[in-house]
Amino acid sequence: MSRVVFLDERCKGCLLCTTVCPKGIIVQSSRFNRQGYKVAEVPADAMKDCTGCASCALICPDVAIRVIKSRKAKKAGKE
Amino acid sequence: MQADERLALADDEQMAFEVPDVLVDRATHYCPGCHHGIAHRLVAEVLEEMGVVDDTICVASIGCSVFIYNYLAVDSVEAPHGRAPAVATGVKRGRTDKIVFTYQGDGDLASIGLAEVMHAANRGERITIVFVNNTVYGMTGGQMAPTTLIGQKTTTCPGGRCRDREGMPIRMAEIIAGLGGVAYSARASLDSVKNIRAAKKAVRKAFDVQQQGLGFGFVELLSGCPTNWRMDAVKANTRIREEMIPYFPLGVYKDVTEGEGVC
Ligand SMILES: Cc1ncc(C[n+]2csc(CCOP(=O)(O)OP(=O)(O)O)c2C)c(N)n1
Ligand code: SF4
Ligand code: SF4
Ligand code: SF4
Ligand SMILES: [Mg+2]
Repeated sequence: MSRVVFLDERCKGCLLCTTVCPKGIIVQSSRFNRQGYKVAEVPADAMKDCTGCASCALICPDVAIRVIKSRKAKKAGKE
Repeated sequence: MQADERLALADDEQMAFEVPDVLVDRATHYCPGCHHGIAHRLVAEVLEEMGVVDDTICVASIGCSVFIYNYLAVDSVEAPHGRAPAVATGVKRGRTDKIVFTYQGDGDLASIGLAEVMHAANRGERITIVFVNNTVYGMTGGQMAPTTLIGQKTTTCPGGRCRDREGMPIRMAEIIAGLGGVAYSARASLDSVKNIRAAKKAVRKAFDVQQQGLGFGFVELLSGCPTNWRMDAVKANTRIREEMIPYFPLGVYKDVTEGEGVC
């Protein structure tokens, strides 16, 4: 199991992360942060598809994404 | 920060993406989708991986990245517009034990500072230059830069850059590679996951040659400026792929570690 955490106050809604997710699970939410940016998210029901590949975090210019992997998933080399 | 709870790791969990400590944990002033943020992070990762954070001096330039010292927790000096390679020369010659780098935009490095960078490279100063080429003067509102592409509309060439009037866009990585004191010169791009990974290797190499005393290290990073390109960040990345990379080919133009060293 892998999951991603979006730091809403760091996100600027540029949507670059949505273009690189191999699972296509990142979307623009309907939430605005305090700076007025409409932030990105992975809807709760789609999170199970996250592979923990970290492509989204790598392309995010604002370091707004954290990627968390379970050790088991990592050892198995997939998920 | 509100996200803290979600960042708590369960027993069998671990972070799959490490954020370098030297990258200050604060929101930047950059526009949405601006690639300065990615370039900062790559420099931070490289300095940490080399273990030189406490021995690094950053020479900041004039442009949107003028406040880089707010985002990288290393000792910094602010240079006048274009003069960062000259300032870095003094810093490095005074403190030969330090890793010294400049971080410069294309307006700063390729227009007003062209003489400084050429001579520092030619002298083989043991410094590293991180050159962010976004084809415009970002900070001042998108005027034409020496790197502006033919046909690209800016506030100072509203009809599009014209070869006969303004000349061809300047290819810095190739020019720098032709100078005697250069140990490494490469061009990478920040538009895709694959290219960002390659860019990190190039940044690392540009610092490695300094640490090894081999000569001048130069890395050009093709970067997006969605605001002054008047397009969203996703389209800006498409522009890098379709318009910038064909004119500014990615690759290594000089690498003395593959052959002979500089004196
Ligand atoms: C001596 C001097 N001349 C002109 C300026 C105005 N100025 C500030 S930033 C800049 C250009 C910055 O462009 P670039 O280096 O490409 O950086 P970017 O903002 O695109 O990252 C200019 C011309 C200045 N600050 N000082
Ligand atoms: S870690 Fe990979 S799979 Fe998961 S959301 Fe990010 S890009 Fe998508
Ligand atoms: S790339 Fe980063 S800043 Fe841009 S939308 Fe995604 S999380 Fe937000
Ligand atoms: S103007 Fe361009 S270079 Fe400057 S912060 Fe905005 S997107 Fe980045
Ligand atoms: Mg610029």
